[in-house]
Amino acid sequence: MKNKKEDDKKIETGKVKELATRAAFGDAIIALGKKDKRIVALTADLSESTKVSGFAEEFPDRFFQIGIAEQNMMNIAAGLSATGKIPFVATFAIFSSGRAWEQMRTAVCYANMNVKIIGSHSGLSNGGDGASHQELEDIAITRVIPNLRVIVPCDYVETVKAVIEASKIEGPVYIRVSRDNSPVITRETTRFQIGDAEVFSIGKDASIIACGKMVAIALDAAEELKKEGVFAGVINLHTIKPIDEKTILNAAKETGAIVTAEEHQVHGGMGSAVLEVLAGHPVPVEMVGVKDRFGQSGKVPELMKEYGLTKEDIKKAVHEVMKRKNQKTDSLRNIYI
Amino acid sequence: MRKLAIKELEEKAKEIRKDVIRMVYEAQSGHIGGALSSAEIFSSLFFNVLNHDPKRPDWNERDRFVLSKGHACAGLYSAMARSGYFEVSELNTFRKIDSRLQGHPSRADLPMLEASTGSLGQGLSIAVGIALGLRLDSLKSRVYCLAGDGELDEGQIWEAAMAASHYKLDNLCAIIDVNGLQIDGWTKDIMNTQPLLDKFESFGWHVLEADGHNIKDILRAFEDAKKIDDMPVAILAQTVKGKGVSFMENKAEWHGKPPTKEEMIRALVELGDGKDER
Ligand SMILES: Cc1ncc(C[n+]2csc(CCOP(=O)(O)OP(=O)(O)O)c2C)c(N)n1
Ligand SMILES: [Mg+2]
Repeated sequence: MKNKKEDDKKIETGKVKELATRAAFGDAIIALGKKDKRIVALTADLSESTKVSGFAEEFPDRFFQIGIAEQNMMNIAAGLSATGKIPFVATFAIFSSGRAWEQMRTAVCYANMNVKIIGSHSGLSNGGDGASHQELEDIAITRVIPNLRVIVPCDYVETVKAVIEASKIEGPVYIRVSRDNSPVITRETTRFQIGDAEVFSIGKDASIIACGKMVAIALDAAEELKKEGVFAGVINLHTIKPIDEKTILNAAKETGAIVTAEEHQVHGGMGSAVLEVLAGHPVPVEMVGVKDRFGQSGKVPELMKEYGLTKEDIKKAVHEVMKRKNQKTDSLRNIYI
Repeated sequence: MRKLAIKELEEKAKEIRKDVIRMVYEAQSGHIGGALSSAEIFSSLFFNVLNHDPKRPDWNERDRFVLSKGHACAGLYSAMARSGYFEVSELNTFRKIDSRLQGHPSRADLPMLEASTGSLGQGLSIAVGIALGLRLDSLKSRVYCLAGDGELDEGQIWEAAMAASHYKLDNLCAIIDVNGLQIDGWTKDIMNTQPLLDKFESFGWHVLEADGHNIKDILRAFEDAKKIDDMPVAILAQTVKGKGVSFMENKAEWHGKPPTKEEMIRALVELGDGKDER
């Protein structure tokens, strides 16, 4: 979309551009709106923050400002979809997936309505506002709902694709986006298919399975590990549901050690989804994620460090999981250690 | 606590405004507009109306205050610090990592808060619960709850409003900061909730109106509220978002934007001085 050519160039020259995935949503929905009159958008007093404001300007008739009433908004979207529209509901992840959870579950997902739900300011990306506005639980609470696809794109370019692909699917989709900028690591030409994990590199010693912003951090970690002679593959698990079992099992078989990395609680999140796939397969797994704590106010980089979401944390987890792989006898252990 | 007189309360409101500007500048994030519109409400409550003892925050007979519009907490923290709950210097930690002064009120971090808020529409329900609990314990304490006018979009506010009148909670007083603005613009354009007076009345509340920047008028409303039996009271406080700083007044953009250094200095000068007293 916007800046596309420029981005590609930046990637090719090795100078990685940083953009926010929420901005990708904002740009993609305008492109969709131009092509398809069924696209409508709703927000709950957060049009600028979620970047749906561009669509609102371009298509005022197809934009609905609902005020600060997320539950109402979710069901209005369900109603709009009942008349053949394709509604995109945009607010902070804590409010779209959290405040309006039961509306999403019953009115949207149970009825299999064609509603696309945007969860913005996810993870710790809303640094200053603190725990009330951060969302570290949305992957857990969305992926348990039948019919709902859950996508956590890794960068701007992938988010554009996710939004466009989501519009082509009949049924509910949840897309998790971020407030802050993150490196653009995929290209226009990178293949994107909902449900197919993207294998960035095949490892020898371990596989890092990550989603969202953690994919770029995992790539950095893998790069540094290489210098130590450790070869860790990186898999971008952008679709948490339906999950790509084949790619996960393959990685387990090829490398015999798995590290999961997500900007989310380790309980119930992407890592847990991976563990569900690996149940019954004897492979050691280390989880990088938030360890059963609420977020807090702070600058995003500080928080990423405080909550153990840096490339150092991933490198440490890779070393740890390799140790366990080589020990073979994997005793019961506590994930908090 | 000694109850301050009108002139002193006006001074306190000014102090609160200056603290808010400094805190949001220092953190480079936070909410100014809605904290400035509530400055006189905070000063009236913390330095006159509330029956409380900042040195004994767990005193059982204290009046309770719930900030339902949690984003205005820079103003709340200032009022708390200046009334003696904690050192004024702690205001410097606002929104910084490991601070007790979270971006939105967190009771787990700052136990003298009655509730963790920030997710709009929830505070009034918590206040209803507190009012019910106090009544069960035969305590005379009153519950005050400050909500935003945009916040009234939330259906839960009206669920709480029904419950409060259903249970005849005359120990509950809600203050609505009617500054006419929310994030995306004017409340009348975003989601029109007017006529508020009729709405609250039809929900079984006694409704009072006040000029939210006139201390005398605010105190009068709080006094009148105490005289009402068998019904909860809502005070509709007419305010100006960003009040006290000319270039922030009535501007939606100043809802949640940190000032630059130059803007901070200009704001402090308008509020009476340019130097940092802290
Ligand atoms: C449930 C919920 N939805 C959205 C938000 C984001 N938000 C924070 S402040 C705000 C506007 C509040 O407007 P108002 O209540 O009028 O407050 P004031 O004008 O006094 O600042 C919004 C939408 C939130 N905090 N909680
Ligand atoms: Mg308002």
